[in-house]
Amino acid sequence: MLEIKNLHVDLEEEEKTILKGVDLTVEAGKVHAIMGPNGSGKSTLSYVLSGKDGYEVTDGSATLDGVDILDMEPEERAAAGLFLAFQYPVEIPGVGNMTFMRTAVNSQRKAKGLDEMSAADFLKLIREKAKELKMESDMLKRPVNVGFSGGEKKRNEILQMAMLEPKMCILDETDSGLDVDAMKLVADGVNALRQEGRGFLVITHYQRLLDHIKPDVVHIMSNGRIIKTGGPELALEVEKNGYGDLIEEVA
Amino acid sequence: MALPQAKQDATEARLAAVSRPAKGAAWAETARDEALARVRSMGLPHRRDEYWKFTTPDSLVQSEAPTAAVHVSDETNTFDDVDKLQIVFVDGVFDAAASDELTLEGVKVERLVDAVKTDIHWAKDVYGVLEERGQDPVARPLAALNTALASDGVVIHVTGKASKPINLVYHHTSDSSDAILHHVVKLDKGADLTVLENGPAAARFNKVMEVDVADGAAFHHVRTQGRDHERRAVTHLFARLGEESTFKSFTLTANGVLTRNECILELTGDNAAAHVAGACVGDGDFLHDDTVFITHDAVNCESRQVFKKVLRNGARGVFQGKILVKPDAQKTDGYQISQSLLLDGDSEFNAKPELEIYADDVACSHGSTTGAIDEEGLFYLRARGVPEDIATNLMTLAFLAEAVEEIEDESLRNIIVSRLEGWLDRRLG
Repeated sequence: MLEIKNLHVDLEEEEKTILKGVDLTVEAGKVHAIMGPNGSGKSTLSYVLSGKDGYEVTDGSATLDGVDILDMEPEERAAAGLFLAFQYPVEIPGVGNMTFMRTAVNSQRKAKGLDEMSAADFLKLIREKAKELKMESDMLKRPVNVGFSGGEKKRNEILQMAMLEPKMCILDETDSGLDVDAMKLVADGVNALRQEGRGFLVITHYQRLLDHIKPDVVHIMSNGRIIKTGGPELALEVEKNGYGDLIEEVA
Repeated sequence: MALPQAKQDATEARLAAVSRPAKGAAWAETARDEALARVRSMGLPHRRDEYWKFTTPDSLVQSEAPTAAVHVSDETNTFDDVDKLQIVFVDGVFDAAASDELTLEGVKVERLVDAVKTDIHWAKDVYGVLEERGQDPVARPLAALNTALASDGVVIHVTGKASKPINLVYHHTSDSSDAILHHVVKLDKGADLTVLENGPAAARFNKVMEVDVADGAAFHHVRTQGRDHERRAVTHLFARLGEESTFKSFTLTANGVLTRNECILELTGDNAAAHVAGACVGDGDFLHDDTVFITHDAVNCESRQVFKKVLRNGARGVFQGKILVKPDAQKTDGYQISQSLLLDGDSEFNAKPELEIYADDVACSHGSTTGAIDEEGLFYLRARGVPEDIATNLMTLAFLAEAVEEIEDESLRNIIVSRLEGWLDRRLG
């Protein structure tokens, strides 16, 4: 599904290479986790894949179902089925959460050649999904993420994911800033979306999120490369011994 | 002090180009004579005047109105769907056939031409009176010119709660029309009226509205200024607020080559509240100037100024806003914000916020910002599949929201939002 080959990325503003040849394939229906210390390039990978400005791809490729996504605009990647749950969801004062989601859903439908969803259908659907995430209907009326707690922002990300039904979901440190209860809610939301055909790339510092979202494959990233790949036991190893040993081992 | 010869000549040339309205009752003639004298002593504005530093007044002052093509569109009038009393002016002239009958429960509406002929009329205490009060400390000669020479307008006396809004509709049909309108509104104690205004009015439009708000009365004002690209307008809104009265005014300006909206408010009774807000969207050859002066002269009053401008393709915006708090105006709560969103590097915003405070127990804040669209927000929307142009529009509407939300009535607010959406959609590539 998502295939990343030899991806090299520089920061545009300064001469700094962040990703130094990332190879990674996420198969349909699988959950892959990327763990790694601060500054290893995990978030950069998520931004480059979703099309944020400020990065220059100097080598390599990234394809979604065989289609090159790196030349696409962010909205085209989204319509192609890529979704990034932000580490820091952006507050947009003045834009209602409901308006935002309806615009997003209908923009993607339009890009796929489908008719817009009617207001009534949309309302019914979003209420249902919000309820599953235990989101107050008040949160749908408020401006996007404004005045939301950390946990509410993350739940709002998962709600968007549920509404947009992407093929490939990237979760960038979705556990940051969450208490145990909120983490469980978010993980339940993600697990509900796990199904045949949908791929997940879960980026995290800590093993604890992976207690709730069980990965099929775990990658360790350090200094712009995947240095080790293994099963769920790799996450437990990191939890026990930290990254130091692994990085040394590879070096 | 004698005026410079050039200014004196320009003033006389302009005065000579307008014929004095038909003779009215003694009070009206006195008001006009005094206004004329004010114009002559102040002289019409010149580009070197400090108060016109950012907005060149030449085209507002010159004898003949610069021509402005009539913008033809199938767009309906802004407030067509509102139940209202409609009063229509075509190129600055009252149109009886297009207007509703001037009767409204709780309100007495007359044409200015009729009121000025009446020997004893309440308008004597307002016409040119609030305008004159507003001349100090800053001269507003184009308003005095209006008082001296306006021949048309409406005179509204509100005695109770008006059963529906009054909508002043200004059509523009002639490329060279030069309109001067003067309206007077007096609200008795506890009275309540909403005035709606819309339309481009004329090639050049000089409008004054004086509003006297008695104790406990409420005046609401919502206007849109028309889409004619080449029109020019200078408007003055003068108001005096009594105890526990409310004054709320909102203006939407989309296009027009030149617009100067002045709002001069005086809070003279305790516990009064005055809000003025404006949203403006400008594209290309466009200059929009909001000049506001709010004087607090009573205890525990509140004033808010919320102005937002979206500018692109070289459009320019100006904000000059002042809060003056007199020595006895304790417990004043003054708020002022002016912000511009520049959609490209060619556009420009000049802001001059001022606070002058002589009381020691007040809370006044002001802020002014200029910026581009928030890239983080834009990326967030795009990452959810919203195309860049639609995302930009959403962010733009969001930017304007704080000003639009100053409109208290929800249905009027929705009308303004849909107008803005229309403007933005028309500019999608």
